[in-house]
Amino acid sequence: MTDKISTEGLSASQTATGEQPAPKGAAELRPMWQVILIRPEVMTFVLLLIAFAVATQLSPFFADATFILESATFYVEYAIIALVLTLIIIAGEIDLSPAAMMAFSACVFAALFKLGLPIGLAMVASVITGALMGIFNGILVLRFKLPSIIVTIGTLTLYRGLAQVLAGDRSISGFPTWFIGIDWKYWFGVPIPVVLFLIATVVLAVFLAFTVTGRQIYQIGTSPEAARHAGIRVQRIKMGLFVLLGVASSFAGMLTASRLASVRYDMATGGELQMVLMVMLGGTYIFGGRGSIAGTFLAAWLLIVIATGMNVANIQITSQLIVMGFLLIVSIIATNAIYARTQR
Amino acid sequence: MSRFFNELLHRREAGIFLMIVLIAIVVGFIEPRFISVETLRITALAIPLILIAAMGQMMVLVARHVDLSIGSILAFSSIVAGMIFRDMPELPVIVGVLVAIALGAALGLFNGVLVVLFRLPSIIVTLGTLSLFRGFVFLVSGARQVDPQFIPRSLIQMSQTSPIFGIPWLVIIAFVVAFVTYLFLDHTRLGRQIYALGSNPVAAPLRGINVVRVTLLVFSLSGALAGLAGVMYASRFGYVNPGITGVGFEFTVIAAVVVGGVSINGGVGTVLGTVLGVLLLGMVSVALPILGVSAFWQDVFNGAVIVLALLIDRTVRERSIRAMAEARSTA
Repeated sequence: MTDKISTEGLSASQTATGEQPAPKGAAELRPMWQVILIRPEVMTFVLLLIAFAVATQLSPFFADATFILESATFYVEYAIIALVLTLIIIAGEIDLSPAAMMAFSACVFAALFKLGLPIGLAMVASVITGALMGIFNGILVLRFKLPSIIVTIGTLTLYRGLAQVLAGDRSISGFPTWFIGIDWKYWFGVPIPVVLFLIATVVLAVFLAFTVTGRQIYQIGTSPEAARHAGIRVQRIKMGLFVLLGVASSFAGMLTASRLASVRYDMATGGELQMVLMVMLGGTYIFGGRGSIAGTFLAAWLLIVIATGMNVANIQITSQLIVMGFLLIVSIIATNAIYARTQR
Repeated sequence: MSRFFNELLHRREAGIFLMIVLIAIVVGFIEPRFISVETLRITALAIPLILIAAMGQMMVLVARHVDLSIGSILAFSSIVAGMIFRDMPELPVIVGVLVAIALGAALGLFNGVLVVLFRLPSIIVTLGTLSLFRGFVFLVSGARQVDPQFIPRSLIQMSQTSPIFGIPWLVIIAFVVAFVTYLFLDHTRLGRQIYALGSNPVAAPLRGINVVRVTLLVFSLSGALAGLAGVMYASRFGYVNPGITGVGFEFTVIAAVVVGGVSINGGVGTVLGTVLGVLLLGMVSVALPILGVSAFWQDVFNGAVIVLALLIDRTVRERSIRAMAEARSTA
């Protein structure tokens, strides 16, 4: 699709010495500083620094580690999901339903708890619900070969509807005190949700970068056909990712339930935008095959800094919609441009 | 004659029509109250907004794109029109209507430009503008609702009074829009080019189709129609709220359009099918409360219907590909 642009990119650089079969080979011929600068993650990092500097200018109260960590607890719920979503997008699929999966699995958890089930069992049931929703998405995309981008719009409406059927328009509360307020509990001076996010980042980064399956995810996204011929179990890996996303959504839903001390069907409404935004801002290529956990990790912090920065600067929450939408568009334009220059 | 009927039965529209009849019979059997003029009237009032926006969404889908931002475009046009009515009551109503349509078209054009200029997937672009435009709504309105007393009476009466057979103006306008869309898509060169582009985006430019122009056109039309739906929202509901108006509207419209047999793979879809899809969804939304089913099931139904319609679309496509391959091998 971007053939024309990419050949222009080649002739503009010093690497126009012939066909470069692997993107990696093309990158090695560039000077080191270019290799680093041209990574989209660098763009994210620079933006993060700029956002931080601006936010500090806007309010002297901003540059306070505790404050930032505390405000992060809201965003890491989405960020944990965004990490898994990164893998799915690298594998060439997408899932727009995780926010709805969060809501439904949290409603299952809350409803079962209200029915008198021990809270531990209710949590297990919630995770199973998440996994089942992931399997359902996976079956539609893999078995019936429907385009994931449209089919998950259908399932997002479906899951949100199920949450509404289950919980009505009341909020369910009355959880035991130990369950409530996980965002105010700390491990090593860091709120627990943020710790969980850090752990998830490290585990998924290692998985993606150093395991065979992790590397195969890139292969699948670059060329599913070639991956299949190379003996990679494309279907199985993709299915695993969809299920993992469902499970992660269920965990995020319970984090939200703990933070708010209540569950409503409209939990995380519109959250899919933030999640996709984190992945895109982190430089993951919308057409698959490229991207990194580090990028999504940085992008999550970028969003946290921007959102809290706007909060302390008393910028209305509604104007933040403009910023988020704008960022999403700019970030895909930028990453597309970067990849068009470096690929092939 | 029998061949004509045979052909008619094999069309996608026939299936949707049969489904509508089936649902009506089943629901009427369970609850005889359902079969009444009153039901017809409520159904008719439930659909105009969706129908108008569905015409735009259908053209976008036929061109192998998708527009997720229509709910926010609807809200933006609606709130600006409402503010014109509130702050400049001396202006005639038509000014507000035209401004709403023009604003909708402008926002749609913006979507189109992003898609064309940067060759981005429309679904991600419009996911971004969905948020962006909603932000604009809050920005221009200062997060304030336009209250019922400011909506002109003549506009509200559009959804209450009727020129003929008790059919409200709103419904008539919606069907006129659908008819004009039919004329445009089936009987103009530009209309056919939308199908050509969606069927094969690679071949379209080779056949002399101006891809950029057609793409910009479908997005602008989708925006303009969402804008028109925005004014009709003000007429139908009598208020405009920045945080409520049009939220989730895109999912209902997409559900109606894909149920109507419009393929997400582009190139396939008819006005008649879309109208029937809208009718089907509208009827179900009326039937649910009559049957005593909680309105909460509406979203479950919409979601299930999207998934089902995609599955059917896929089966139909596979079968037609197989049929084509067989025809080729026997020839």
